[in-house]
Amino acid sequence: MYGYHGKILHIDLTNRETWVEEKPESWYKMWIGGVAMATRLLWENIKPGCDPLSPENPICIANGIFAGTPVPGGAKYGLASKSPLTGWVGDSLSGSWFSVALKRTGWDGIVIHGASEKWVNVFVDDERVQFRDAEKYLGLGTFQTEEAIREDLMDDQVRSATIGPAGENLVLYANVTNDGRQAGRTGHGAVWASKKLKALSVRGTKGVRVADPETLMKLSFDIIQAAQGPHTAKYRILGTVTNVLNMNKLGLLPTRNFQEGVFEHAELVSGEYLEEHHKVKKIACAQCPIACEQVSEAKQGMYAGARTGIDYECLFANGPNCGISDMNAIIKMIDLCDRGGMDAMTNGVVVSWTMESFERGVLKKEDFRCAKYPEGFEPYFGNAEAGVTLTEMIRDREGIGALLSLGVKQASEQIDKERGTESYRWAMHIKGLENPGYDARGLKTFALGLAVGTRGGCHNRTAAYDPDIKGVVDRFSVDETRGELAKSTEEYAAVYDTLPLCKFIRRCFTGKADRSGAWPAIAQLINATVGWDFDYDAVDLIGVRATTIKKAFNIREGWTRDDDHLPYRTHHDPMTKGPSAGHVVTKEELEYLKDLYYKAKGWTPEGLIPKAKLIELGMEDVAEEIGV
Amino acid sequence: MALPATSKYKYITCDPEKCIGCQLCEYICSYTKTGEYNSYRSRIRTVRVDEILITAIACRTCENAPCVAVCTRDALTQDPETGVIRVDAELCDGCAWCIEACDFGAISINPATKLAEICDLCEGEEDGPQCVIWCPKDALELTTPEQRAQKARRKLATEEALR
Repeated sequence: MYGYHGKILHIDLTNRETWVEEKPESWYKMWIGGVAMATRLLWENIKPGCDPLSPENPICIANGIFAGTPVPGGAKYGLASKSPLTGWVGDSLSGSWFSVALKRTGWDGIVIHGASEKWVNVFVDDERVQFRDAEKYLGLGTFQTEEAIREDLMDDQVRSATIGPAGENLVLYANVTNDGRQAGRTGHGAVWASKKLKALSVRGTKGVRVADPETLMKLSFDIIQAAQGPHTAKYRILGTVTNVLNMNKLGLLPTRNFQEGVFEHAELVSGEYLEEHHKVKKIACAQCPIACEQVSEAKQGMYAGARTGIDYECLFANGPNCGISDMNAIIKMIDLCDRGGMDAMTNGVVVSWTMESFERGVLKKEDFRCAKYPEGFEPYFGNAEAGVTLTEMIRDREGIGALLSLGVKQASEQIDKERGTESYRWAMHIKGLENPGYDARGLKTFALGLAVGTRGGCHNRTAAYDPDIKGVVDRFSVDETRGELAKSTEEYAAVYDTLPLCKFIRRCFTGKADRSGAWPAIAQLINATVGWDFDYDAVDLIGVRATTIKKAFNIREGWTRDDDHLPYRTHHDPMTKGPSAGHVVTKEELEYLKDLYYKAKGWTPEGLIPKAKLIELGMEDVAEEIGV
Repeated sequence: MALPATSKYKYITCDPEKCIGCQLCEYICSYTKTGEYNSYRSRIRTVRVDEILITAIACRTCENAPCVAVCTRDALTQDPETGVIRVDAELCDGCAWCIEACDFGAISINPATKLAEICDLCEGEEDGPQCVIWCPKDALELTTPEQRAQKARRKLATEEALR
């Protein structure tokens, strides 16, 4: 078996012990890597029902099948824990050198148990593990921590996944960051901090061998060439920020906390504007020929010098969604998130909830007292300075920042309980995870995909916006095809997230991104790397198993049908402007759609998984625990 | 300290404006030389500093190469035609003096054999340096200092004329 090492490294931070777990080839064939393998490791190693910030919640890292090979977009790893933000499965992906260095250490995955007494930097140096004192790195930002560790270890090929100050402060949406890329969304940074793990560093010096190098080189070369053409133009030239104007045109660009889907200053926050005024460099993950990361800089005013990679999701969230049109301030907010180590998407939606709560009188000026503004300040929509200050306060959990660091679900529940208000009506989250930048009221297949998503409001785990936006179906109505569509697009995404392979490469295999275009090519890549005999059906099964193990995890944690929900606003408040005005997703529509989805998955009407279905997928032990 | 004069010989140059830091050159180099993918065995190395400054560096094929001059065991020799530095595995004892002498950081020690390894411009490959062929952004080029200077002058002339 090439491509894998057959070994998982276990590290117990409480007792500072390590042990090795060997896994059979059949296990790898089932779980492959990335999201599915990380979730499977979580399933095997967690104490069900545990507090996500307790030592019983393990950190599960699963590498990618293609990490360290020249397969473009294959340098990715999966990270899973129980999410402190949502209480459900927290599965994330991050790209780049960390996964490559990990591959060269000889471990396919790492499970970190327990909790350290003192802040620690775990250093996996090929087969050795060192527990390094991390006190001196406290307070350092994500990029800075990585550099400091490299300097201390005197090797620029040491790669580290770190948490920043936001993580140290237990912001519930803190990220884990490596090489400028984030394992985002579900609050891994807080889990790491609860274990006093500041950074996990890896140095791998072993060469990577594959089963059929000649074939793999040929396939990779052709994909790299194709990736310089029209199939990746969107990502290479403007990057995903090109979506700003596209979404605005469709009336789907969340504006002022999802009150509207069109932003009157869209031009000023567009990808085109960013390119012309702020772009400084395009950067790639390891082994990626696309380079989608659009590093941009604030050039003028009080935020000059702020610099980080800008993509659509963080731009929509901190820009239009907060009514902010000053790109310098938006870059500053995202820079604060990236260096502070917290999720820029969630941050924008938290700030926008705060702004709406202020405008509706739920929060008052005096609630915003802080060192910078001892009398408080007025965070109305469009107040860019307030956006920046709130981001800093959340990172440091200063003043009201401590409440906001819980995310909009917990923050609104707490405020409503204390003040008898109804701010939950504009808390934009699903299962506790803040919504992405495509308004579900104008995308009804996507609304279903979001509602049933196991990690909450996430656009990466479902591609159900695709048939809506492409016009394959009517995006404003529902019909019986949507269950199958939501299933199929979710499983499609899960294949990429499990290999993992960056979705931006999906059109470069054959020019066709659908299953018929991509699966045979992906099977060839797997076979040339590992020496297996995967075919179309085997590739398709990867996505079925990945979505099933994630669902199984949630069921074991107490999931019921009511937990597949949409935000209050998506049901009750139609937008008043733009092409998506006047629409909501009614509760009846959502329940109808959920029925269709569960049926398409072969699950019960309650959304539970029949034993027979699990056994059919080779998941007998899971059937034993949660099958019905 | 002034950089030593580079020379008439060809070498692999990287345009930092085009380089995206993907490291594919390192994968390809190590594969070509060892059959494995391993940046520790690559004779071209990417460098990223201050987050956005990225380039790749390989042997500059200096004239009167300092690495050759300092080798105490005469293990390093330079091809008078191509400028390629060759390492005699019998003579090299991995003392790393050559690494210290190289102002470009272009020499590394093989962690397994402990011998010096230097870019040889893929002189054994029919189609020349593999990293240049694979570089997705055409950032790498096989060139000479004089060709580079000519290119810089032409670029400047174009920019001035268009101003």
